[in-house]
Amino acid sequence: MSTIETTPQAAGTDATARRLKFVQRVQRQGALAVLVLLCLVASFQFDAFATGDNIRSIGLQASFLAVIALGMTFVIFTGGIDLSVGSVFALGGVLAAWAAQEYGTFAAVVVPLVVCGAIGLVQGLVIAYGKLAPFIVTLAGLLFARGLLLFISDEGATVNKVPADSGFRHLAQGSLLGIPYPIWIVVVFFGIGALVLHRTSFGPTVLAIGGQEDAADLMGLPVARTKVITYTASGLLAGFAGVLIASYTSSGVAIIGVGTELQAISAVVLGGTLLAGGAGTIFGTLVGVLLLQVIANVINQVGSLNSNWQDLVSGGILLAVVVLQRYLAGTVRR
Amino acid sequence: MAEQTATAADTAATPPPAPAPDAPASRRRPDGEWFRRNGVYLGLVALVLVNLVITPHFASTGSLRLQMVQVAPIIVVSLGMALVIGTGGIDLSVGAVMAMTAAVIPLYIGYGTVGAIAVGLVAGVLSGALAGSVVARIGVQPIIATLAIMVGLRGLANIVGGQIKSIRDPGFRSLGSGSLLGLPWVVLVAIVVAVLVWVLMTRTTFGRQLVAIGGNARASALAGLPVKRVLTTVYVISGVLAALAGVLLVARNQASDPTQLGRLVELTAITAVVVGGTPLTGGQVRVLGTVAGALLMQLITYTLVAHDITNSVAQMVQAVIVVLAVYAQVGTRKRRRSRA
Repeated sequence: MSTIETTPQAAGTDATARRLKFVQRVQRQGALAVLVLLCLVASFQFDAFATGDNIRSIGLQASFLAVIALGMTFVIFTGGIDLSVGSVFALGGVLAAWAAQEYGTFAAVVVPLVVCGAIGLVQGLVIAYGKLAPFIVTLAGLLFARGLLLFISDEGATVNKVPADSGFRHLAQGSLLGIPYPIWIVVVFFGIGALVLHRTSFGPTVLAIGGQEDAADLMGLPVARTKVITYTASGLLAGFAGVLIASYTSSGVAIIGVGTELQAISAVVLGGTLLAGGAGTIFGTLVGVLLLQVIANVINQVGSLNSNWQDLVSGGILLAVVVLQRYLAGTVRR
Repeated sequence: MAEQTATAADTAATPPPAPAPDAPASRRRPDGEWFRRNGVYLGLVALVLVNLVITPHFASTGSLRLQMVQVAPIIVVSLGMALVIGTGGIDLSVGAVMAMTAAVIPLYIGYGTVGAIAVGLVAGVLSGALAGSVVARIGVQPIIATLAIMVGLRGLANIVGGQIKSIRDPGFRSLGSGSLLGLPWVVLVAIVVAVLVWVLMTRTTFGRQLVAIGGNARASALAGLPVKRVLTTVYVISGVLAALAGVLLVARNQASDPTQLGRLVELTAITAVVVGGTPLTGGQVRVLGTVAGALLMQLITYTLVAHDITNSVAQMVQAVIVVLAVYAQVGTRKRRRSRA
């Protein structure tokens, strides 16, 4: 009796499983397909696209957002969100330029990391132990970090310059084997990120919390501690991206980073990570970042379009991708 | 309703000693609940009193008028946001909708004041309908759907509107700087919107359905409520109100600046709603609280700036206040849950 009943079910499950696999592949590799297609079209359409200089420039421009988006990926894995990264990124940049001017290269890296890490730590503590919504806590963090940044830069009037002879400039302006340091840094960071996700117990814990927090807690996983570490890491990475941009532009500019948190979230979602948490890939985030950057680059190549088209196209693609993801998920359930 | 009943029952039950484990929670609860419901008004009154004492010219007509005119568009946006948050959603696109409205007004000003305003409001309806459909019918999370619209629509507004343009239309001028019976038009519009939203939430079926869906969308659907239609409508309302706020700002500035108009307004509006006591989890909308929340945040900034405290410090203080306000609410809500 039971065998007769299970057989059709098993067949159904099998078909559903195949379907699910297909959907997951689209979910994970959809952005990659769009990216490859866009690059192909662009290299046929524009002579200046597939040149070494242009590709290096895309990689360099994407590296700042990539570092931020890596932290955001882990935060979203836990089912949370970090709206503070744009402000923290700008804060890191201003602090780095100021410290490079006053105390030299070492301080230019350490000071921003300490301050930005501390902001991430406090947010993580409030979220994990105060049980407040990450959205609200990091929204307050966005305001706070921007306020602090304006406070130390005389309401944005002072622009700190990195001295011309400072070794700090090499961090983002130097290169190895013809590839700028920031790109190497992104490769190393994402490699470490993938190792943490797949080869340590921290990775599955992060995903378990995002999947079902109560269950993770009942299984005895260190939910609060993991969340604190995740938000601290996000603050550190955003601060480090600020260090990079300060080194690259040789200055600390107060007005950067507005809306960067939204770009980072877009990149993560484009990469196939569910905003609900519990699933996703780190590689996908890198693809999402590159996709956004290639769109920007292509729109620059089309002489008649200004940067506003970039927003329109990025927003349109993001909407199309999430609608598609949702639609595919719906076909599986049915 | 249910909360008031619960509170009354608790007060009645307090005099005789209740069973041991439940006693501390239920004795503390009425105070916490009262604070959660009324904390924002308390804060507002306290801050007004403090300002009457320490801030010169605070109660002067000119100063009050300026504060009111400044806060009016924020109140209008926040009320739409409160409805969306009541359904458990969020609308990040409101600032971009304001920019879009600002972008189309100069293009259609040739059709007269009313024509231009109508086109501006239609832009809000369309954006809200798009957000609502994607959220309600396709099931995309509100934050990501409205984020995509926010980014795309801001770009579109800049493409359509371009640079800052001054508006010389007399109709817009009187809307922006004129008044009726001593009240500026801008403020009157905000009051009318607040009353309409209050009536919508307390006197109509739609209001009840909205709150029910925010409390439990699945149960509401099973109970036969038109979940998709209500959700879509809520986002349309939010879009229209954002567009209306855009109209008010254009009228006040006598200029349209799609690049800057409405930047970060979504965050200000969310803050006003949350400080006003509406939980982000949905299932409750506090209309008066939202108005008070917007007034409170405005007054905090004003107080700090009037005493030569710089914008940067004011911003940091606001951030701390937001977290404390939400913490106070979550504390009482948790106690309520533990009792149930």
